[in-house]
Amino acid sequence: MCLAVPAKVIAIKDMMATVDLNGVQRDVSTMLLPEAEVGQFVLVHAGFAMQVVSQEDAEVTNALLAEMKGGERTVEHL
Amino acid sequence: MEYITMAHGAGGKSSHELMEKVILPELSNPLLDKLHDGAIFAVNKGKMAFTTDSYVVRPRFFPGGNIGKLAVCGTVNDLAMSGAVPKYLSLGAVIEEGFPISELKEILHSIRMAADEAGIAIVTGDTKVVDKGAADGIFINTAGVGEVIEGTDISPLNIKPGMKVIVSGYIGDHAATVLGARHGLSLPDTIKSDCAPLCHLTKAMLDVCPEIAVLRDPTRGGVAATLNELAEQSGTGIILDEEAIPVRDEVAGVCDILGFDPLYLANEGKLLAIVPSDKAEEIVEVMHTIKYGENACIIGRVTSEGAGQVGMETAIGGIRLVDMPMGNLVPRIC
Amino acid sequence: MNTSDKKKTKELAQNLISEITRLSKIAMKENGGRPLRFMEVCGTHTVAIFRGGIRQLLPDSVELVSGPGCPVCVTHDDYMDKAIAYAQRDDVIVTTFGDMLKVPGSKSSLSNEKTKGADIRIVYSPLDSIEIAKENPDKKVIFLAVGFETTAPTAAATVLAAKQQNVNNLFMLSAHKLVPPVLNLLLSDEKTKVDGFILPGHVCVVTGTEEFDFLADKFHLPGVVTGFEPLEILRSLYRLCYQVANKEAKIENEYGSVVKPEGNPQAKAIMSRVYRKSDTSWRGMGEIPLSGLKMQDEFKEYDIENVLPLSLENAKIKKTACRCGEVLQGLIKPMECPLFGKACIPEHAIGPCMVSVEGTCAAWYKYGGGKFVFGK
Repeated sequence: MCLAVPAKVIAIKDMMATVDLNGVQRDVSTMLLPEAEVGQFVLVHAGFAMQVVSQEDAEVTNALLAEMKGGERTVEHL
Repeated sequence: MEYITMAHGAGGKSSHELMEKVILPELSNPLLDKLHDGAIFAVNKGKMAFTTDSYVVRPRFFPGGNIGKLAVCGTVNDLAMSGAVPKYLSLGAVIEEGFPISELKEILHSIRMAADEAGIAIVTGDTKVVDKGAADGIFINTAGVGEVIEGTDISPLNIKPGMKVIVSGYIGDHAATVLGARHGLSLPDTIKSDCAPLCHLTKAMLDVCPEIAVLRDPTRGGVAATLNELAEQSGTGIILDEEAIPVRDEVAGVCDILGFDPLYLANEGKLLAIVPSDKAEEIVEVMHTIKYGENACIIGRVTSEGAGQVGMETAIGGIRLVDMPMGNLVPRIC
Repeated sequence: MNTSDKKKTKELAQNLISEITRLSKIAMKENGGRPLRFMEVCGTHTVAIFRGGIRQLLPDSVELVSGPGCPVCVTHDDYMDKAIAYAQRDDVIVTTFGDMLKVPGSKSSLSNEKTKGADIRIVYSPLDSIEIAKENPDKKVIFLAVGFETTAPTAAATVLAAKQQNVNNLFMLSAHKLVPPVLNLLLSDEKTKVDGFILPGHVCVVTGTEEFDFLADKFHLPGVVTGFEPLEILRSLYRLCYQVANKEAKIENEYGSVVKPEGNPQAKAIMSRVYRKSDTSWRGMGEIPLSGLKMQDEFKEYDIENVLPLSLENAKIKKTACRCGEVLQGLIKPMECPLFGKACIPEHAIGPCMVSVEGTCAAWYKYGGGKFVFGK
């Protein structure tokens, strides 16, 4: 049960955040992610912010992202 | 006169008043103004196309249109997809007692605007009023006749391997607008229903290439349903190119949030055409110069293998099945 | 995507596939010629694999199986029967995720009941049920609380919000399920043929990766947590092949942007405040110890089964000839099940592998051979 999308927090009021994805907006609850801040990207599932999307972590751990950006090929040979 | 009453449908003084004060001021034209039992008009020799459809939309007003605009465009587009130039339209309305006349005027105004744009004349009509609760506001039926453009032959049986699939613009705008609003999403002004008459576009396309095999407007069930029907009726396969399919970012956003696939979203002002390969580029170029065709592009091709199937080449080079849709679109969470 | 990105995507995909092919062939030689079998255990991965056309790109040396997949598919007949019985009452509004509409109960489905006039409303968020409850104070609003660890906290938070706002006519019909226990059960049978797992990225957002360490520690199997883009899934398959060929068994996290080792502590805390672990039945697999969630006593006034108990004749768990469990374990092919294509077809599915559009049985039923190949 896992459909979730990253969206940008553009406002927060009373444990509800307005998030934006390509101009489409919805109010989601921050009850599960009280640390969410305006300007951050959060992962949204079933009307709740579930986690902050960390761009740095993505770049450190995601070899694919690095390769997309012209980094070295990361498939290792046996 | 503020609200529709049962007397407005009874054929007496009130009915006459409704006609004179509300309907004719909006829809007036020489054929309708005669108020005969039937419209009498001359026809050219050649073939005619004739179609009808009924409209029961909720909500009646949505960004980009309303039930009146939809009722004209839907029937106009059915004629256009038959290779015809729309000429005359009938308009029937079943109205619930208590319906606000101001709203009726607004709907009639949209009907007139859409009819004028399409170049179709509303030449006959009918109004019935039913008891409160017996209808949901207003139901509209339109029927239209048009003259089939000489030398054209629109039929799925003309679809042949090697032909190209063209779409007239961004897909899914209508359904994304309606469904997004229904599920608590607020959409930017940049996205609204694409409801539009496509007869000038089809005329221009057929003028360039009378050999177009098929024209279809992918309404309910979207591009996926329409192409599946065509693949089955023609006994050919159709392969789409995922990256060529035009989808607005906002529509992609609605789809990501609610778990929809744009291929299955209804359109009200888009067409699909299956055309001879050597004419495809030229047709697209002409479409770019006509209203509602500005973003037309080639999205796929017809194959001899995979008879009856629709497949799609994906961004990573795989091929997926584009199945016939099952049931209504509802938000998915897994 | 611009042209150079497109080219790069295809190129990366090709690199990954050629490595997957090479490594899986090496590993296949070592294990007696059996193709490597990787399982995904998330409905959204299943859909992403389907939409990306990934199966068709893979060599014969790699087989993908959809595990006990989406929580909707594994929801038991009995639960659906209860939901339907509640929906048939005049004083009830049922709210549900759209996915549940078509899931069969023993006699009907929610979709059928809706057609017959039951007040069943599709919601995007469990929180939407609170608004519906406020607008309908004379009705009992029942939310069908299904879902894995990703979704359970959202239902739990909804209960807390209802309590806070003094909404007294919103209730849960709870059937949340947990992923690790079912994997543990599948693997505890020594005959199970699975070589590694594509781990459910969004479940791990809540649970963290540590809850899946047992795959490596106890069963010596690799697992890769990954996202939902086709390239990410290919990358996870490459990592799985790499580990198998290297005889490694580690849990790797390729979805670090949102998956932390410890998960989301707040979500876990809210979940365990409202719910406790309990035994529960899975469609086609029977009862699995401590694989579900029940409401804590403190919140029993929100538990519809406590507030308005049903006496259903068929409350006992029915035995069917469904062999989904063995299909998932890789012990049999779908057509070896006596129900396949006869009593069990996509329109009236019996097991989870047929309920899910891309479940193993549904795929075999639709395409034969389990793989969609255009033109065949």
